[in-house]
Amino acid sequence: MNTADNVVQMRSIFKSFNGVSVLKDVGFDVRKGEVHALAGGNGAGKSTLMKILQGVYQADAGEILIGGKQASITSIHDAKAAGIGMVFQEFSLVPSLTVAQNICLAAEPLGRGGLIDDRAAVRRATEVFAEMEVDVDPSAEVSRLGTAYWQLTEIAKALSQNAQVLIMDEPTASLARHECEALFELIDRLKRRGISIIYISHRMDEVYRLADRITILRDGQHLLTKALSDVTPEQIVEGIVGKKVEGDLSYRARNEVSHEVEPLLEVRGLNAGPRVRNVSFALRPGEILGLAGLMGSGRTELARALFGIDKLDSGQVLIRGKAVSLSSPQQAINAGVALIPEDRRAQGLVLEHSVQDNLLLPLLGQIRRGGLLDGSKAKALSTSLIKRFAVKVAHPHRPVRLLSGGNQQKVVIAKWLGTDPDILILDEPTAGVDIGTKSEILDMIRELASAGKAVIVISSEYPELLAVSDRVLVLKDGSIIRDIPRSGIADEEYLQLAVQGV
Amino acid sequence: MSKTNTIASRDTGVSRTLGTILKELDWRRYVIYIGFVVVFLFFAVLLRDQGFLSPNNLLNIFRQTATITVIAVGMTYVIACAEIDLSVGSVAGLSSVCTAMALSQWGLVPGILAGLAVGLVVGSINGALVSLLGIPSFLVTLGMLGIAVGVAQWITASAPQPILNDTFNTLFGSGNFGPIPGLVVWSAIFVAIGAVVLNRTRFGRQVLATGGNRNAADFTGINTKRIKFQVLLISGMVASVAGMLYAGRLQSGRFQWGAGDELSAIAAVILGGTSLFGGFGSIVGTLFGALLIGLINNGLILAGLDSSQQQVVRGVIIILAVALARKK
Repeated sequence: MNTADNVVQMRSIFKSFNGVSVLKDVGFDVRKGEVHALAGGNGAGKSTLMKILQGVYQADAGEILIGGKQASITSIHDAKAAGIGMVFQEFSLVPSLTVAQNICLAAEPLGRGGLIDDRAAVRRATEVFAEMEVDVDPSAEVSRLGTAYWQLTEIAKALSQNAQVLIMDEPTASLARHECEALFELIDRLKRRGISIIYISHRMDEVYRLADRITILRDGQHLLTKALSDVTPEQIVEGIVGKKVEGDLSYRARNEVSHEVEPLLEVRGLNAGPRVRNVSFALRPGEILGLAGLMGSGRTELARALFGIDKLDSGQVLIRGKAVSLSSPQQAINAGVALIPEDRRAQGLVLEHSVQDNLLLPLLGQIRRGGLLDGSKAKALSTSLIKRFAVKVAHPHRPVRLLSGGNQQKVVIAKWLGTDPDILILDEPTAGVDIGTKSEILDMIRELASAGKAVIVISSEYPELLAVSDRVLVLKDGSIIRDIPRSGIADEEYLQLAVQGV
Repeated sequence: MSKTNTIASRDTGVSRTLGTILKELDWRRYVIYIGFVVVFLFFAVLLRDQGFLSPNNLLNIFRQTATITVIAVGMTYVIACAEIDLSVGSVAGLSSVCTAMALSQWGLVPGILAGLAVGLVVGSINGALVSLLGIPSFLVTLGMLGIAVGVAQWITASAPQPILNDTFNTLFGSGNFGPIPGLVVWSAIFVAIGAVVLNRTRFGRQVLATGGNRNAADFTGINTKRIKFQVLLISGMVASVAGMLYAGRLQSGRFQWGAGDELSAIAAVILGGTSLFGGFGSIVGTLFGALLIGLINNGLILAGLDSSQQQVVRGVIIILAVALARKK
C-alpha cells in the first residue's frame, strides 16, 4: 500500500475515559477519493475514533497523519484546517439563518468597511451547489427546508471550507428513499472529485452500494480492513457482533390469529391532521401488525394519534369493542395503550436521570404507600424490570445517558411494559441498536404477542418488519394503500415495491 | 436514526472497582455543604471576638434567612421544572400589604386569607400564562414583578400599613416557640414538607421529569402543562406566606418588603445544587444555600464591612460557589 495515497492515517490510537479503555491500538486510514465504511456495534469505538479525528477528543497515544505529514489535531478548528469535515447527525445549522449564511458561518465574506457581504455569500453558496450538482436556493431560510436540504447544506458547508475528507454518520437516517438515492449519487460525484468519505452506517445495503473498503471495530479494537469485494455481508455481521448470527432476522411462522376473535383495537375512519387520512383497521390479540411506508407517509403520526398526542379530527377508536376517547397520553395509558416513541433520547428518556427513575416514571402510581413513594418497592420493581429485559447497567442509580444505545432502548421498552399494556406500539424500536440487541428486541416483540398482546411495529427496515409482522399495512400520504398478510409477501423486494406504490 | 452515544463506550465494563466508583462520585453536588462548613469555620476563627459564635448571633442568622429560605423552597420546584419565577419578591411585598390592610379592617383570619389570596391569584396567573399560552416564565414573571409591586404601592399610597394584631405578629415571625424563634420553625416546616414532596411523591418525581425532558415526560403520560402551572402556583403561594412572615416580623405591611428577594432565592437554589436547566432539585441544598448567603451577610456585617463592600464580597462568593458546583 502506498502511504502517499492516504489522505488520513491514524496509527495505534489509544483512548480511555475514567480508566475504561475505549480504543486500543486502533489503526485507520483513508485513501484519496474512496468511500471507507466504518462499522462496529454500539460501543465499539467508532464515534470516539471519529471524535478524535475531528479534534473533539484527544488520543491518549498514537498519531494522526494528514496527507502523509504528522498533524496535531487538538481542536475542531485544527481538524477543519486539515480538511476534515463532518456531516453531523444532529445538524449543526442555525435554523433562522439562510442556507448561504449557514454555509459561510464563521467565514463570512467581508465587503467594504468590514461588513458582511451577503451577496458574495450567496455567490459562494451557489458555486458550491453547482459543484455538487444539486439544486438548493441559497437565500432560503434553513428552517423552511426539509431535512434532505439541511443535509445538503451541511455538506456544502464542509466543502466550502475545503474539506478533503467528509465524515458521514448515518446520513440516511432521516431521509426518504428517493432522497437517499440522490445522496448516493452525490457521494459518487464527490468521490470522482477526489473527496474521501468516511461512511458510518448500520445499513448493509448502503455500505455495499457505496463503499470501496470497510473497517470493522469491535470492543475498541481494529478487527479488519478489507475491500468490500472481498467480504460477504455475513462476514461483516459476524465481525460486528463477534458471533455468527443466523436466522435472527428471518420470519418465524407463528400461530395464525383467528379472525373469529374479537379485535382488541379497532380504528374506524380515523383522521388526524394532514398525515392520517381515513385510516381503518382492526388488530386482534396476539397479532403483530407492521406499518410500512416512506418517511412522511404518516406512520409516526398514526401512532401519535392512537397515543393521544395528536388530536383526532374525526373517526372512532374502539378498544375491546368499546369506543374510547384518546385525547391525552394519560387516557391512552389508562385504556391500555403504550407507545415506544421513535426518538428515545428526545422522547423516551430523561437522559440525566437514573435508570431507575426512568423505568419507574410511568409506574409511580404502583409504588406509592400512603401518598409517598416507597423506596424499597421502587428498588424491587426496577430491579425486576432490569433483570427481565436484561438491561446491562452497573447500578440502577447511574444516569441512563451513560448506557449504550441498545441498552437505552431496552430501558424505554421496559419502562412501558412495566405498565402491562394490552396494546403496544413500537416506533422504530431498533433504530441505532447493534445487531445483537436488535434480535433480542425482536424476540421480545414475538413473546409479547404470544402472551396475547396486540403489537404494532413501525419500521423503515424491511427485513425487520418482515421478521416479526403477521400482517403489514402499507401507508402512503396518510392513507392505507395495502393490507397484506405476511404469507402474501414473498420477499423484501415485494414489500419495497408495495411501499413505492407500484 | 442512530444517535451513537459517545459515552456509551464507557459503559462496556459492567463490573467496576470501588476506586472508579469513588472517582465518579459527583462531589460537585456536595460543594454547598463543603462551602458552608469552610465559610462557617473561616468566620468562626476570624470573628471569634465579635461574637460570631454566640447562640444569639447564630439564631439571628437563621431568623434573617427564614423568609429567603421559605421563598427558595418554592423556587426550587420552579427551577427544577426548568422555569423561573422572578415575581416572588414583589408577591411577598403585595401579600404583606394586603394582609395588613385586611387585618385592620376585618381581623385575623381574613387577614391571613387575604395574604394567601395574593399568592393564589398571582401564582395562577403566572401558571396559566406559562402553561396555557406558552409564554416563557422569565417574561411572564418579570412583568408580574412590576405589576405586583406597583399594585402594592398603589393601594397603600406608598405608606406602611401597621399591624397591631398581636396574635398575628406572634404567629408570623415575632414570637418564639419555647427557645426557638417562630421564623426558624416556619422555615423548618417548609423545608421538611418541600423535601418530602420533591423526593418522595409522585408529584415531585413528575416535576423533575418535566424539567429534565419535557418531551419524554409528555410521552410518558405526564400532563406537563399542569405540572408547570402547579409549580408556579406553589411558588406564588409560598412567596405570599413569606410576605406574611415579613409582615409579622416587622409588624407592618409595606410594598418594599421582599424587594430583591427573587435574586437571593435564585442564588440560594442554584448554590444548593439545583440545576438551572431543570431536572434536578435539592431542598436541603436550597436550605444550606440560603443559610450560606445569610452566613456571609452576617459575617461581613460583624467584620465591619460597609454595605457596598458587602455586596461585592457576596457576589464574588456566589459566583465562586456556583463555578465550583457546575457540571463539567
